[in-house]
Amino acid sequence: MPRVKIPRKSTAIDMTAMCDVAFLLLTFFILTAKPRTDDPVPIDIPASTVEVLLPEADVATLSVGQKKVFFGVEGYEIRKQTLLQMGAKYNIGFTQTEAIQFASLPSIGVDIRQLKEFLALDGDAKKQYKQPGIPVDTTENNQLYDWVKQARIVTKNLDNKELRISVKGDSKEEYPTVAIIIKTLQKQKVNKFALITSLKSVAK
Amino acid sequence: MAELDTSGGGKHKGGKVRSKKQSTRVDLTAMVDLAFLLVTFFMLTTTLNKPKAMDLVMPDKDDKTKDQLPVPETRTLTILLGANNKIEWYRGLVDKPLSPPTVDNFGKNGIRKVLLEESKKTMDASGGKPMIVLVKPSDKSSYGDMVNIMDELNIANIGIRAIVEISKPDIALLQRDHLY
Repeated sequence: MPRVKIPRKSTAIDMTAMCDVAFLLLTFFILTAKPRTDDPVPIDIPASTVEVLLPEADVATLSVGQKKVFFGVEGYEIRKQTLLQMGAKYNIGFTQTEAIQFASLPSIGVDIRQLKEFLALDGDAKKQYKQPGIPVDTTENNQLYDWVKQARIVTKNLDNKELRISVKGDSKEEYPTVAIIIKTLQKQKVNKFALITSLKSVAK
Repeated sequence: MAELDTSGGGKHKGGKVRSKKQSTRVDLTAMVDLAFLLVTFFMLTTTLNKPKAMDLVMPDKDDKTKDQLPVPETRTLTILLGANNKIEWYRGLVDKPLSPPTVDNFGKNGIRKVLLEESKKTMDASGGKPMIVLVKPSDKSSYGDMVNIMDELNIANIGIRAIVEISKPDIALLQRDHLY
């Protein structure tokens, strides 16, 4: 008996559309990905049930960990101007190249008098360098106060907006370190600030 | 885009003799594989959970403000943050508390229950006036504890709260209960 031959269909599928979609998604993810800014010290942020998002512009972040404070502010131009203002206040003339160097850093944690040397280091050496944190302890050498103050002035001038201050603290950090920062901020009448937290659900 | 020959064979019925075209079809499987691999990689590495901001409003330290009302002690609840993520709370004043100081934990059966119960009690006793919560973090407490307690207050919907500096009698109380 003659066998009935079933005509074989080709298993090849047209992949064009799939390829298009895949690359579209790929492009989307690459473009939306924001490079993660490395914290100078490991910071494990506490969790809360708050769902308010942190604004992306006009915000300064004070990172706290291992009893050190680091200062950072969003915006290239704001950072640059803030440094120049700080230089003027502490009588340190920062050059244009140093300002550009500074503006590309997400956060800093060195005494302003050592900042020149720190900025002169190249990329890898900067990462290796253990930043001691911005001095906040004594009243006459509270540089954090000036950093925040100058950043606020610059933001007001450039964007005509109030600078929002956010605190990114390690959950294991002892309270006194945070208390000093709060005191510093309250000294310039910043009574409202944001604590950066990650999201958790309410335990049932 | 190059036009792809999808007719699958090339049997033209028309009978017009055409010069034999090379198929422009490329095997896209490998390319799709690669693309999806990269998509997966980017999806997994991007941080989807953006940081959340919990607003913290501190009482104005300005001495010139005159509109400060004395806090009725019957409506206050003081929470002391001690060492090892423990908390202690009492009603009223520290030297003559309206309820004995109690050591408690964070969590659903700990401070949250207390806050909800006490808040309700205060409302009933004072005719609808809300409870006032004072948070006093000690030097031995951690930043995470402070965030936790503020979060608990948010959950319990207690709007009137303040972070206050801890006083000596409060510290003595924590020391008595080995939380300092």
